Amino acid sequence: MEVREKIPANPVECEAPNMGKSGESGWKLLRYLIVGVLFGIVFVKAEVISWFRIQEMFRLQSFFMYGVIGSAILVGMVSIQLIKRFGVKTVSGEPIKIAGKEFRKGQVIGGFIFGLGWALTGACPGPLFAQIGFGYSVIVVTLLSAIAGTWVYGKFSDKLPN
Amino acid sequence: MEQLIEWIKQPWPWYVAGPLIGLTVPALLLIGNKSFGISSSLRHACAACIPAKIPFFQYDWKKELWNILFVVGIFLGGLIASLFLSNPAAVVVAESTQQDLAQLGITDFNSLLPADIFSWSNLFTLKGLFFFVIGGFLVGFGTRYAGGCTSGHAIMGISNLQWPSMLATVFFMIGGFVMTHLILPFIMALVGF
Repeated sequence: MEVREKIPANPVECEAPNMGKSGESGWKLLRYLIVGVLFGIVFVKAEVISWFRIQEMFRLQSFFMYGVIGSAILVGMVSIQLIKRFGVKTVSGEPIKIAGKEFRKGQVIGGFIFGLGWALTGACPGPLFAQIGFGYSVIVVTLLSAIAGTWVYGKFSDKLPN
Repeated sequence: MEQLIEWIKQPWPWYVAGPLIGLTVPALLLIGNKSFGISSSLRHACAACIPAKIPFFQYDWKKELWNILFVVGIFLGGLIASLFLSNPAAVVVAESTQQDLAQLGITDFNSLLPADIFSWSNLFTLKGLFFFVIGGFLVGFGTRYAGGCTSGHAIMGISNLQWPSMLATVFFMIGGFVMTHLILPFIMALVGF
């Protein structure tokens, strides 16, 4: 129980924080599973889970991934602007809140380290899950190693420049 | 209907896939005030399974269960796509990329991942060490250190006009260019290509 007292109200620097006020359980949580399924299908069908697509991108030999990421950002940006301008609420009527990102040195150093891994594995965390689902079962090893990397960061986070 | 299925089975162009991925941002916000981000699921996995009294993992991960379900969904989406919607033809890789990779020793260009590297038989070899173990570690360590990955920073963060996310994305790309052009040739030689 001693540990419990240390739990902050919101996990620090969690980049996908739960801003929902009301608790969700059961079938309400299933909605996220469904969004995930659709998202995973898009990942596979656009072949963005392909190691080759990532190589094409970093070799500047195809516009494909730049088109995917660029148009995703554009749609996301327009959506967020519309949500903000018209004060759109969630389906349960809560005002929509989006946490800002504060500058930390990690975005430079950690970002660079992630980039190295991205080009090696040909995957960011999302595609790892889709690759395993698609049938590349050996990627489970990559995923476990990514979890280990996350754990090691957590272990030494207070000793790293930030 | 059959025509539709046929069309779905083809690889989708970027201008279809990109906007659909972008729509995940408002979808998650409208469903329940959730900010799009995937690498956080790795942190929740640590918090749930191996917190080891590390302060970084002492938080209410059950509140973030939605994020775990989201990535389970991505896994299932991959499975569904491979079972029912998969494209029978070989993956089209840019000619110049094929040439570059062939020079590095890649011979298989048929599937989404080169079988030369990503197979169980390579697990306990130097190929496995670099491409699975070290690669995965860099992804997990780097995304957490950066506070996000392509989804959390590049898509969600830039969409919300956050300059630290833009900075992070620039360094994702720099890391990728450095690995691809400066380090990968040495790794490929070292692991026996």
